Amino acid sequence: MAVSSAPGSNLPGTMTSAAMAVMGLLIAGTVLSIIIAAKAADAPMAVHAWLFAFAFMAGIMALGQRHFNVTQGHLADDGTGYADGVVKAGAIATLFWGVAGFLVGVVIAFQLAFPFLNLDTAFTNFGRLRPLHTSAVIFAFGGNALIATSFYVVQRTCRTRLAGDIAPWFVFWGYQLFIVVAATGYLMGVTQSREYAEPEWYADIWLTIVWVTYLLVFMATLAKRKEPHIYVANWFYLAFIVTIAMLHIGNNLAIPETWTSSKSYALFPGVQDALIQWWYGHNAVGFFLTAGFLGMMYYFVPKRAERPVYSYRLSIVHFWSLIFIYIWAGPHHLHFTALPDWAQTLGMTFSIMLWMPSWGGMINGLMTLSGAWDKLRTDPVIRMLVVSVAFYGMSTFEGPVMSVKAVNSLSHYTDWTIGHVHSGALGWVGFVSFGAVYCLIPWLWKRERLYSLALVSWHFWIATIGIVLYITAMWVSGILQGLMWRAYDAQGFLEYSFAETVAAMHPFYVIRALGGVLFLAGALIMVYNCWMTIKGRVRKGEPLPASTTGTASAGAMPQPAE
Amino acid sequence: MAKKFTHATIEKNSILLLVLTLVVVAIGGLVEIVPTFLIKSTIEDVKGVRPYSPLEVAGRNIYIREGCYSCHSQMIRSLRSEVERYGHYSLAAESKYDHPFQWGSKRTGPDLARVGGKYSDEWHLLHMEDPRAVVPESVMPGYPFLAQTPLDYSQIEGGLKALALAGVPYSDEDIENAKADLEAQATPDADTDGLLQRYPKAVARDFDGNPAMISEFDALVAYMQMLGTLVDFNAYENADFKQ
Repeated sequence: MAVSSAPGSNLPGTMTSAAMAVMGLLIAGTVLSIIIAAKAADAPMAVHAWLFAFAFMAGIMALGQRHFNVTQGHLADDGTGYADGVVKAGAIATLFWGVAGFLVGVVIAFQLAFPFLNLDTAFTNFGRLRPLHTSAVIFAFGGNALIATSFYVVQRTCRTRLAGDIAPWFVFWGYQLFIVVAATGYLMGVTQSREYAEPEWYADIWLTIVWVTYLLVFMATLAKRKEPHIYVANWFYLAFIVTIAMLHIGNNLAIPETWTSSKSYALFPGVQDALIQWWYGHNAVGFFLTAGFLGMMYYFVPKRAERPVYSYRLSIVHFWSLIFIYIWAGPHHLHFTALPDWAQTLGMTFSIMLWMPSWGGMINGLMTLSGAWDKLRTDPVIRMLVVSVAFYGMSTFEGPVMSVKAVNSLSHYTDWTIGHVHSGALGWVGFVSFGAVYCLIPWLWKRERLYSLALVSWHFWIATIGIVLYITAMWVSGILQGLMWRAYDAQGFLEYSFAETVAAMHPFYVIRALGGVLFLAGALIMVYNCWMTIKGRVRKGEPLPASTTGTASAGAMPQPAE
Repeated sequence: MAKKFTHATIEKNSILLLVLTLVVVAIGGLVEIVPTFLIKSTIEDVKGVRPYSPLEVAGRNIYIREGCYSCHSQMIRSLRSEVERYGHYSLAAESKYDHPFQWGSKRTGPDLARVGGKYSDEWHLLHMEDPRAVVPESVMPGYPFLAQTPLDYSQIEGGLKALALAGVPYSDEDIENAKADLEAQATPDADTDGLLQRYPKAVARDFDGNPAMISEFDALVAYMQMLGTLVDFNAYENADFKQ
């Protein structure tokens, strides 16, 4: 691990001992991959072993290039003293995987409305594409947004350069490799069937290596900070990183068929396996999609609004209560199942309690706008950030409601759950990431402003309409189907066959798919806007409002002209 | 003199922040998960549940590979409307040999916990070929390739060994006979005495009606035709399952 902080250590012609060690590990990894590829028990393992081998060889070449000082072009650090190259790469990866993940989402949404789109081949059916969608949006889009912003934020709030020269890049590229292995695996039918933890044992081991490196980089950067206090955003980023490590290892304990097989069997059986999976599954929401993105909120909302965080005391209270209570909420995914009743009741109780710390975060985010609410009118980026926090508040109210057993008996197994997830994913995670990327792109590439704020407005409204279509369609279809499943006729028989309840879903599946198209269209507008910004262009005819440059020097508090 | 411990103490010490965070997030999981391994009544004491036969394991792996759990649950909740639609609510004992569990989280299609024996093999063959040929309202993808693809069971012994390591009571004899048992279960008129002794109630026949090969369809449907059939619920009262 390279945890050297000397800014001069990446000068041309130097090969540090850390770089030598990494080179050695990469060579060993290449050899091991080729051996596994040669002995692979099944075709997917052979494909993945070669993929790993080529990736390690690319790593070796990159280290060599670095030694001979071949510049990284757009991704080079820029003399600020901060390691921003890796943040730039992360911002671009966020955009790329975002569009890919939303696109697959649109495809599978249309498959549910028009099943002939499954094409009836192994590689294109809903069952294999669904984890491709969920992993692409959660881990590829969300994960890259978290890695990029955490690397940016921890440097600024600690006023120090990211620890390590190679390590942050290893985290970035190692994580991309994990994504590619996971995604190609799904298409080949390689899956553990654990929702949001589908990748098989070898991909899990790889992610563990990458993630521990991520934790070390983050901790080492905190350790050499020049600020006495660790800023609140970093508490959340740290809780996200360390808890995901715990959950990932706990939920992926499995025994492979052989060491050259892509197939493994879960270590724990039935009821315990289900409980562990949803301990993981719900806290992937709690710590990946909530704590991590709250870290993002705690930096980008105050920064963009140019206001201090509303309440320091509230951030302490809601941080510790949120991370303590969230972990208990998993069993609400297993109401009325074969899980013991006491565990279900505990899960429900803590899920209801979770409402308060969740809203603590929402209040702290929203109230940070105190005295700057006028910016909602002039700055579509802050509008996006604020609406994301509002969606966070909405879905963290809906969640506790759905965890109540009486409500859950209706909502569980239906599209209501899908709608709930997407109000959080599209509204909260999506919008706060978009807001952060809209801030980061001009900051990182030293542009005075975005190419176009009007296009940000377009993105905001198109995506918002898309979300509203999506979640209202899923509310109606979910509640409708839940009611149809339990409807009795006058003779006391179940009123509807299952097939009738499927037919009733069709119009809502079409509306949902159209909502997804709008959300995707918004993301494409964003990619165009960011691309033009990176190229240094400014859209003609757009005035330069004072409050939207975002790079305003500390202390300056530009107000829009009244 | 010791300085007063305040939140600032934690905020100024990254290691302390890390350790306290880890302690705080570990508690809930430990309290909820550990007892389910220790409390015996978590798994009901019922007769009939047995490890999957090799062909059923192979079929289950195809069920997992195709992501069937994305749309089909295998968990009948203890609600009147579910019990009347699908049969007796699911017991923890019925999935005690499931590595991984397949309870699912979404019913785009119906629950499959007790689908075994509900439809004929011919129905399944038509349904996998083109779901809308037998259920016009269905939105399920077609899986015509399953009946055309030979089952790869070269790793089945390794599979049973891994499951045995995870605690499934496969004997050395079961593992030795894995391949033979798998072939016997999918071949018409094969000698199935050993198979049925090791795996009572195993459904042995040529599921796809194609004796030329053991297909992925054979394995998948062998698995589906036994789902939910192992426990004889007539022998129990609901009070027997009270925890």
